Amino acid sequence: MGRYILHRLIIAVPILIGISILTFFLIRLVPGDTVTAMLGTNYNPEQAARLRAQMGLDKPVIIQYFIWIGHVLCGNLGYSSFTDQPVLTALLQRLPVTLELALLSVLAALLISIPLGICAASKRGTAADYGSGILGMFGISVPNFWLGTLLILIFSLHLHLLPSSGFQSLSKSVPGNLLSMIMPVIALGTAVGAVTMRSTRSAMLDVLEEDYIKMAKAKGAGNLRIIWKHALRNAMVPVATIVGIQIGYLLGGSVIIEQIFGLPGIGQLALQAISNRDYSLLQGTILFVALTFIVINLAIDVIYGLINPRIRYK
Amino acid sequence: MIKIWDRFRHNPAAVGGLLFILLLIASALLAKQVAPQSPYAMSTTARLTGPSAVHWFGTDQFGRDIFSRIIYGSRISLQVGIIAVGFSFVLGTLMGVIAGYAGGWIDQIISRITDILFALPDILLALVIMAILGPSLNNLMLAIGIVYTPIFSRIARGAVLNIRDSLFIEAAYSMGVKQYKILLRHLLPNILSPLIVQITLSFAFAILAEASLSFLGLGVSPDTPSWGIMLSSAKDWMELSWWTAVFPGLAITLAVLSFNVVGDGLRDALDPRINNGQ
Repeated sequence: MGRYILHRLIIAVPILIGISILTFFLIRLVPGDTVTAMLGTNYNPEQAARLRAQMGLDKPVIIQYFIWIGHVLCGNLGYSSFTDQPVLTALLQRLPVTLELALLSVLAALLISIPLGICAASKRGTAADYGSGILGMFGISVPNFWLGTLLILIFSLHLHLLPSSGFQSLSKSVPGNLLSMIMPVIALGTAVGAVTMRSTRSAMLDVLEEDYIKMAKAKGAGNLRIIWKHALRNAMVPVATIVGIQIGYLLGGSVIIEQIFGLPGIGQLALQAISNRDYSLLQGTILFVALTFIVINLAIDVIYGLINPRIRYK
Repeated sequence: MIKIWDRFRHNPAAVGGLLFILLLIASALLAKQVAPQSPYAMSTTARLTGPSAVHWFGTDQFGRDIFSRIIYGSRISLQVGIIAVGFSFVLGTLMGVIAGYAGGWIDQIISRITDILFALPDILLALVIMAILGPSLNNLMLAIGIVYTPIFSRIARGAVLNIRDSLFIEAAYSMGVKQYKILLRHLLPNILSPLIVQITLSFAFAILAEASLSFLGLGVSPDTPSWGIMLSSAKDWMELSWWTAVFPGLAITLAVLSFNVVGDGLRDALDPRINNGQ
């Protein structure tokens, strides 16, 4: 297992380097000069040159990259040009909101979709199977921002049951926090649930055709025992991969959902950085999200290895 | 080909999706004839009026007919779909075929570029590209095109690796057929099936991405009749007028759903071994 994890870590290194290069140079493509933008109407050439030297912008781009990456490795992602706050501090302040939104969405999605997928596969060809198929297809196709808007329309504006926006932190009030999270979690988790349900159904159908399942049936094992003891663990292997891919969707989707529901998470921070043209904040945010995505995928690869021993020995 | 169509037409959901796509194309092409009013025509006397015989889907805050704007909105969605997916299909397939066929360091470089692009969530990458390029329809199509290039590259590379060492490729090579001819005449037609399926699915993603970015104000200009823009402006008025939020969203959902079911149907029809138990 140790060798397997080491192997996954080594593969992640060039991707991390690539991401850092991409992030660094993408921001350099922005038209206009940062120093000119920072000085605005107070612009004068001497002050600009001084600021440029101070920020290291007078050095060759390659050197600038290495200086930047050196700072990043020491945990310094730069400072927001709008609020002067360290980028890492801003990100860490907002991380719990995004993390809670993503985790609750995945949890809700898995709790509903895996039993539904199993049920659809074991009742193949029945109304329940077709019904869940239609539900799954709708879940994949419905835009999360429309779903969010509809939820606000129904549950906040008409029924007055849930708050339409605003966020209460867990430390302040647990019920208040959960109430403010219900609609965002439904809006974000629906697509994840739909994809997971479809892949669970498909994986279960594949596994249920295997000889060892027929053998278990022939030996008189009951349906529940076959599904829970024999089929589910093997069917979960491809489902784990699909859930891993969905994490990227969750991180991207949280940008829109946080905006609709006024949740102060990393997605909202990225949008603020874009609208304020705060490129150091944007650069830090992209790098942070990409890092999180890679780390989560690495964790999923490890879980994948744990559920499926064949992968470890390849 | 007849066999593929035969298998496809026995899938009612896929046929329904295809019919809706054809309807969408027809309404986009004949928008002027189909739409009862101009999508830009404002009316101070008909602001936020509900669905009626005159305005089937009601009107928005400027008194513009929502049905007409949805009809014209199909043009934007299809245009973004065709150009963005076309871009990613051509570039991604080219990258994937070269990587798979050449192997070695070329494959390594292309595969790592693909991995890096995959490491960023798609909407976030599109957002950043739009932030750099600035909001406009052309930039939007380019951003979505770049975001979906890696998936085509990965699929094409995998498909090429599967058939690269086949006898018919070896035979063509030993007969002295030029490399580019082997690529175009022998390799490409044999890897098209998974790519065609991906084109349909990417179309659905592209429509969603356009609507999402426009919803966030980073897509087309605010007066354009785009489904995402319509939903975005509906946020402020939906308490008074539910129709401003419901119909554009329904249009996006049905369009995305159609491309998804057609994609699924094509996958089953093109590769009968994968039938997902249906």
